[in-house]
Amino acid sequence: MRRTLSLLAGTVLASAVLTGCGGDADTPSTAAPGTTLVIWADQRRADALKPFAAAFAADNGVKAEVVAVTQNQQQTFVTASQAGKGPDVMVGAHDWIGNLVQNGLIDPIQVSDSEMDGYVDVARKAVTYQGKVYAVPYAVESLVLYRNTELAPDAPETVEDLVAQGERLRRTGKASQVIGYPISQQDGQSGDTYHMYPLFTSGGGYLFGTDAQGDPDPSDLGVGTPASIKAFERIAALGEKGSGVLRRSSTSDNASAAFTSGKTPFMVAGPWRLPDVRTAGTKYAISPVPGFAGAGPARSFVGVQSFFVASKGANKALAQEFVSTTLGSPEVADALYEAEPRLPALKESLEKAAADPDVKAFQDAAATAEPLPSIPQMVAIWGPFNTLIHAVIKGEPVAAAVTAAGAAIKEQLGS
Amino acid sequence: MTQDTVAGARSAAPRPSPPSPPPRREWSAHPGAIAGRVVTAGALAGIGLWTAAPLWADRHWAGLACVVAVTAAALAVYLSPKRLPGKYLFPTTLLIVLFQLFPIGYTLSLAATNVGDGHLGTKAEAVTAIETSSVRRDPDSPEFRLTVGERDGALVFLLTEPGRRDVRLGDADGLRPLPGARTNTGGRVVEAPGVRVLTAAEAATRGRELTRIVVPVPGGGIRSQGLTRAYQGTAGSRYDASCDCVVSDGRRYHADEGEGRFVAADGTALDQGWKVGVGLANLTAVFTDSRLGADVVGVFAWNLGYAVAVVVVSAALGIALALALHHPFMRGVRIYRTLVVLPYAMPAFAMLLVWRDMFNTDFGLVNRLLGLDVDWLGTGLTARLSVILVQTWLGFPYMFLVATGALQSIPGSYLEAAKVDGAGAWQRFRAITLPLLMLALAPLLVSSFAFNFNNFNGIFLITSGGPFPADDPTVGATDLLITYTYRMAFGQQGADYGLAAAMSVYVYLIVALLSIVSFRRTNAFREVDR
Repeated sequence: MRRTLSLLAGTVLASAVLTGCGGDADTPSTAAPGTTLVIWADQRRADALKPFAAAFAADNGVKAEVVAVTQNQQQTFVTASQAGKGPDVMVGAHDWIGNLVQNGLIDPIQVSDSEMDGYVDVARKAVTYQGKVYAVPYAVESLVLYRNTELAPDAPETVEDLVAQGERLRRTGKASQVIGYPISQQDGQSGDTYHMYPLFTSGGGYLFGTDAQGDPDPSDLGVGTPASIKAFERIAALGEKGSGVLRRSSTSDNASAAFTSGKTPFMVAGPWRLPDVRTAGTKYAISPVPGFAGAGPARSFVGVQSFFVASKGANKALAQEFVSTTLGSPEVADALYEAEPRLPALKESLEKAAADPDVKAFQDAAATAEPLPSIPQMVAIWGPFNTLIHAVIKGEPVAAAVTAAGAAIKEQLGS
Repeated sequence: MTQDTVAGARSAAPRPSPPSPPPRREWSAHPGAIAGRVVTAGALAGIGLWTAAPLWADRHWAGLACVVAVTAAALAVYLSPKRLPGKYLFPTTLLIVLFQLFPIGYTLSLAATNVGDGHLGTKAEAVTAIETSSVRRDPDSPEFRLTVGERDGALVFLLTEPGRRDVRLGDADGLRPLPGARTNTGGRVVEAPGVRVLTAAEAATRGRELTRIVVPVPGGGIRSQGLTRAYQGTAGSRYDASCDCVVSDGRRYHADEGEGRFVAADGTALDQGWKVGVGLANLTAVFTDSRLGADVVGVFAWNLGYAVAVVVVSAALGIALALALHHPFMRGVRIYRTLVVLPYAMPAFAMLLVWRDMFNTDFGLVNRLLGLDVDWLGTGLTARLSVILVQTWLGFPYMFLVATGALQSIPGSYLEAAKVDGAGAWQRFRAITLPLLMLALAPLLVSSFAFNFNNFNGIFLITSGGPFPADDPTVGATDLLITYTYRMAFGQQGADYGLAAAMSVYVYLIVALLSIVSFRRTNAFREVDR
């Protein structure tokens, strides 16, 4: 029995030492870094990038590995990079920049101004943060209005015009829904700020003002102001207690299903829906998202897909070389456009792609769009704003809901 | 479902072995036994070496010491003819430490820091990030063509410029002409006196060294951008150790070791912070932060109600069905049993998503079938009812299965004897069937409670914790402690791992406490304890 006890004590001791092991894992690795360039991208982009990575590797006598990361790309990148197991090059959306910079995980890309002039303005603006370029942009995406030209031959000029056209079709039984406008996130449980933004801006609202460097200014919050209440009152008029055009049950997926099956003449969506619409064989046309009558233009958010150089990658010099020479080339932009029809950020490729009337339409629609804010404070917006959208569409008192959301955002910004 | 795995893990808990009776044991001289010992020793040493190699390469001495200690202990236990109890205890102890104690310890250590977005790394990492990201390319910087060379073991820049024919050499001492170097048509240097020109692969291998080189020139420095280009730029921020501050564009940001940030006199802080210890602040935040405290109390109350409701309703339903199908006059029992078990046989993950869509106000099956227009998941009360309903549907077949098994093991003679004594059907159920059923079911009810208390999927996939009140996006009507904590760590509001870790410590404590109390009350494990 004594022996058992001492043994038990021994094993516990040994394993207690073991628990101490977790502590200093961030001792820098002094092992040879090796020369395999690791690139992380989502599935589609990974497939499109593989030939270019292979060619680059062969030219430079190194190896390259393109890894498809299917979910939570930003989170995975942050966690892996911090643990020293991240990639050298990351493919992602420009609005990650603020968070990645505050975590010290990406480096500025030092390219000349003339090189940046090769990109469309909105893309250049999007990847610039605190006056420095943090990514090489390759695709620009923003919201547009798809319409079924058999049901609605003319592009509506205003929201009111759109509703009138849709209501007429619904009365005559040609459509069952006025518009497929995504109000809720995919899980159906909270509002969708990204899709609501065009109507919000047309009604006179904004999220953040602009600071001296051209970045969004968290000290100038546009939610909770009288202008934002007015904007949401116009939105509420379309909600469930208003005309019922906008409903919380509508998500990006079922809006698309309704549009491609001809149940609704209109849909607000981005270029990622284009393949679905084309496959479904619906006769369609693309135009900018209309604004309210007598109000400002409906500005949608622009997301810019970009390449980042990881600060903590093992082969930073090689990554910089790959990103600033190979990935910035028109050939890569063309290949990525082939993989998925999102607007190329490179002017040269965009001109080529604009031969396609759809691309031209996306380009026109993006003219009034503005980059999705990339400052880290944006995280304070999502939750309250999503909840606010649901409250307003549901028909709760607008002023109270907007004021409460503004206060909730302010509280989070302050902490 | 995971109820069964939870229950399985519990019943597989180690039993203390009886004390080894013989005072001395000797090695068996049987050839098979000898071979077995050799293989064991080899396997243990092999596993040890396999684990140790990467730690050795990373110079991770503490980890290495652990591996050596554990391997030595394993060898001592398994290569000795004695220590029979140790042979059983060793692996279980190791597993408990690795998968129970270590995660708890690690979570506790996280809870004592402010780790989260903006505070992930060390101060040195933050300083590096600040300095690196402050480098600004001079607008009129020439587009240098860079060739990486090596002189006396150190990397040097061989630079040319468009429109100039000469080659210059740059290193930490500055930039100077390098006569006699040959360039190709692209302006890259192919040969230089006294310098070995590196291939791209060679330069890439020394990438870390390369990106650190700054060639000082008047008005800034020349740095590489990749392997073939260089630019002239200036670093806007610099860490000054003498004042423990960052000087950025003429302003001083002093290190605040309590916050883990560089803060200027007017309170503005630099984006990049670092991880600092905050002691018990995260653990006491529940008590000191009134808003957080109120949220947690509300969530806890609902969480408890949810777990109890799901267990009670699904157990009642399962037992009732089992009794009905156990009745001797029942026909077609097999078909019914198969049908009842179906929800249990289908993947819960997919079923939860299907249920979520069935509750959709406009397109959902529930409203369409019943001709209702109820906003099921949009108001607090209906959302709570919905999640309880779904979890009951998923959970009752398990209770049904267990109850059916337990019913079949109740000897019919007990009931007959009661009948002879004149007991009615209800009395027989109350006095004989139910107590005997509960004997078998009680531990499972407790584990089912523990499971549902932390039923992340059951909430997250249906309501994501919502609906949320307009003035507080952090807590929803159906939030369990675990979904609430999850959103804190990985939600849209930015990561706050420190606080989330503190919350999960509380979740762990609550579940552990409730389980211990209920196991005591129900006398589960009675036989084991005896």
